[in-house]
Amino acid sequence: MKPLHLIPDDVNVPFLKFRKLFYIVSLVMVLASAALFFTKGLNFGIDFRGGILVEIKTDGPADISGLRDNLGSLGLGDVSIQEFGAPDDVLIQLQRQDGDEKAQMAALATVTDALGENVTIRRSELVGPKVGSELKEAGFYSVVISLLLIMVYIWFRFEWQFAVASVVALLHDVVITVGFFVITGVQFDLATLAAVLTVAGYSINDTVVVFDRIREYLRKFRKMEIPDLLDLSINSTLSRTTMTSFTTLLALIALFTFGGEAIRGFTLALIFGIVIGTYSSICVASPLLIVLRLKRKIPEAEEGQEVKA
Amino acid sequence: MLYFTKWKAALVLLVCALGVIYAAPNFLPSGAFPTEASYLPGKQINLGLDLRGGSHMLLEVDTDSVLRERYEALADTIRTDLRKEQIRNRPREATANGADITILSPEDFEKAREIARSAEPNTDLSGEGNTIHVTYNAVARKELIDRAIAQSLEVVRRRVDELGTTEPSIQRQGENRIVVQVPGLDDPSRLRAILGRTAKMNFHLVNNEKTAADARATGLPPGTMILPAADASDKAAGIKEFLIDRRVVVSGDNLVDSQPTFSDGRPVVSFRFDAAGGARFGDITSKNAGRGLAIVLDGEVISAPRINEPILGGNGIITGQFSVQEANDLSLLLRAGALPAPMQILEERSVGPGLGQDSVEAGEIAAVLGLVFVVAFMVISYGRFGLYADIALMMNLILVVAVMSVLQATLTLPGIAGIVLTVGMAVDANVLIFERIREEQRNGRTVINSIDAGYRSAMSTILDANITTLIAALVLFSFGSGPIKGFAVTLAIGIITSMFSAIWLTRLMIAGWVKRRRPTELVL
Repeated sequence: MKPLHLIPDDVNVPFLKFRKLFYIVSLVMVLASAALFFTKGLNFGIDFRGGILVEIKTDGPADISGLRDNLGSLGLGDVSIQEFGAPDDVLIQLQRQDGDEKAQMAALATVTDALGENVTIRRSELVGPKVGSELKEAGFYSVVISLLLIMVYIWFRFEWQFAVASVVALLHDVVITVGFFVITGVQFDLATLAAVLTVAGYSINDTVVVFDRIREYLRKFRKMEIPDLLDLSINSTLSRTTMTSFTTLLALIALFTFGGEAIRGFTLALIFGIVIGTYSSICVASPLLIVLRLKRKIPEAEEGQEVKA
Repeated sequence: MLYFTKWKAALVLLVCALGVIYAAPNFLPSGAFPTEASYLPGKQINLGLDLRGGSHMLLEVDTDSVLRERYEALADTIRTDLRKEQIRNRPREATANGADITILSPEDFEKAREIARSAEPNTDLSGEGNTIHVTYNAVARKELIDRAIAQSLEVVRRRVDELGTTEPSIQRQGENRIVVQVPGLDDPSRLRAILGRTAKMNFHLVNNEKTAADARATGLPPGTMILPAADASDKAAGIKEFLIDRRVVVSGDNLVDSQPTFSDGRPVVSFRFDAAGGARFGDITSKNAGRGLAIVLDGEVISAPRINEPILGGNGIITGQFSVQEANDLSLLLRAGALPAPMQILEERSVGPGLGQDSVEAGEIAAVLGLVFVVAFMVISYGRFGLYADIALMMNLILVVAVMSVLQATLTLPGIAGIVLTVGMAVDANVLIFERIREEQRNGRTVINSIDAGYRSAMSTILDANITTLIAALVLFSFGSGPIKGFAVTLAIGIITSMFSAIWLTRLMIAGWVKRRRPTELVL
């Protein structure tokens, strides 16, 4: 049996020919994401907003509207009640209460009292205003610092054009993934932030593989025009890029389907991020090298040798 | 490249064998291995609270109140010294930022400064006009705070131990925070109730000249204060406030034991003083028959019984409108002692045992299915070599489990996700190598040459690609909290072990195959 080749061996897609189109598509996605981020905003979970979350299991299907009436009348502000993965599983979320940490505690006690004895509390989380803003800050710094470190590493290993192009592609992926969260309204919490950072790591990983090949071909094919060389590099690594994305997606789809409700948002972010990361390393990062005027750096002596040969 | 020296091959196999041995306890009933020495196999992976169920609480000790109290005491000391020298002065309310004393006679100002300076070591003086501002220097302040936190840790530990759960973890975090983790706790509200209270108990005499209401109308007699009645006290009888003497007659520090018990069929709390406290209690109750004795807990009067007769044995009971649970909690708090400063619960995350178990099961199913998908796909894509990559992938999972068991790293729900993600990404190194081999074959190289070149040229790419992901994982580890740390740990370990298994192990297998078969043709 001949092994399956996802991508035919003689693949030769002229990616660079479509680069203007890719720029436009990417620019639209990035701008739209940014605009949505600043207008609609992320649906922050209690990790960052502060607030209360209670997951309960009821005997038999839950009476959501009854719960809504019951908890809504407690005077605790907005109460969000939704089914959570199963008809007898309910997620209750309360906005941050006015006042200090004690007020949050009191609200949690009020809710658990109001729920009574007939439900099982599967999970309860309370994040006070102080911790909420700290987590937000730490989350922001972790994104910035990992981007910086990755950029430094790429800078160290490649020429500056590669570093800039990979970081632009990386930011592109992060911004669009965030935009995805704004559009879908999927809650953004600590776990999804971790997913975004993982997407960053994955995206750069994909880009690096293509860049490695470009660097190699720059040395190997000295006469080839840069755009052709980029196309050749992308096409040579295309099989690997799709294979790895595909196996990762296979694992993630299993996680998304069977991993339980609690990490669904997290997995969704990863799935989306990997798709967008694959797109960007092929269609954004490499073409950007032309914009950045990537040139061959050939030492004089070597060139002399070539002439002699 | 394809030639393995004997010792190199042995080393690769040894690492795999160690991985299997150290991972094994996780698949056997606990206790199947003896676990005396920490480096021997036998330890299982540490499950995070989100998987085993339990409560995580982040507490903050109000260090400002510690400082405020100390500055109040410092101001008192200085004022006593000033009084001895007959320097007229007026205190200002002490804050956490220092003690302020206003000197009313300007001619004594320099002398007053000297007195203030020598009152206590490690203080700094400043101030403007006729006011002296005294603060502790940084070293003394840090020492004060450290001591308060150490005491708080001790009290919290005693309180949590009373709950009788196994392996609670209580640790300081940062300057003034404490993290409490109690696995397997069914009811977090109980933990909340016992951690949220300072439990400072003092006995004061009730003022017998006026009632609290009179005092509000006509002014407080000197040396008295008004305190509210606690929920579980005489509120039912219509008394909302008490006028009591400021002076503490016996302090809760003198308590040595406290137990919940019953009196006239109602839950009450009994207590016992140490010798000094017992003597003082006997003395006070002898001299003040007929007066009320207020039992003040955290600034609220929980009970104010009339002293009918001297209580000499050093034992007593607190009656109030307690439920059985409240009596239990109060006696627990009194036994464990008071916190040196109030604490606030900043964050709480509790997971019931049922949800934890469900998460583990869901995670297992997802991991197994993800593995099956990837394994099947690798074989379909790369045939024999795919099979080798799959064996390496399994080994990689075993190594992740082994490393986590040895390091006693904590596995969380996002951590399981990290492992599943590793399954998808671990084969990347092999994909890189195999694709490279395909290319080399297309370029007309022989089988052995292609394999050799494939491994060699994929190497730097594998390193670059993995290091960037590792950077993201390390940053996540240092910034993340709890569950997210768990994700970063499994991701980082998975990346490192995958480099070993995907590069060395597959190469060993392929080298073995090449040696046995001497293939002239490779279908890849």
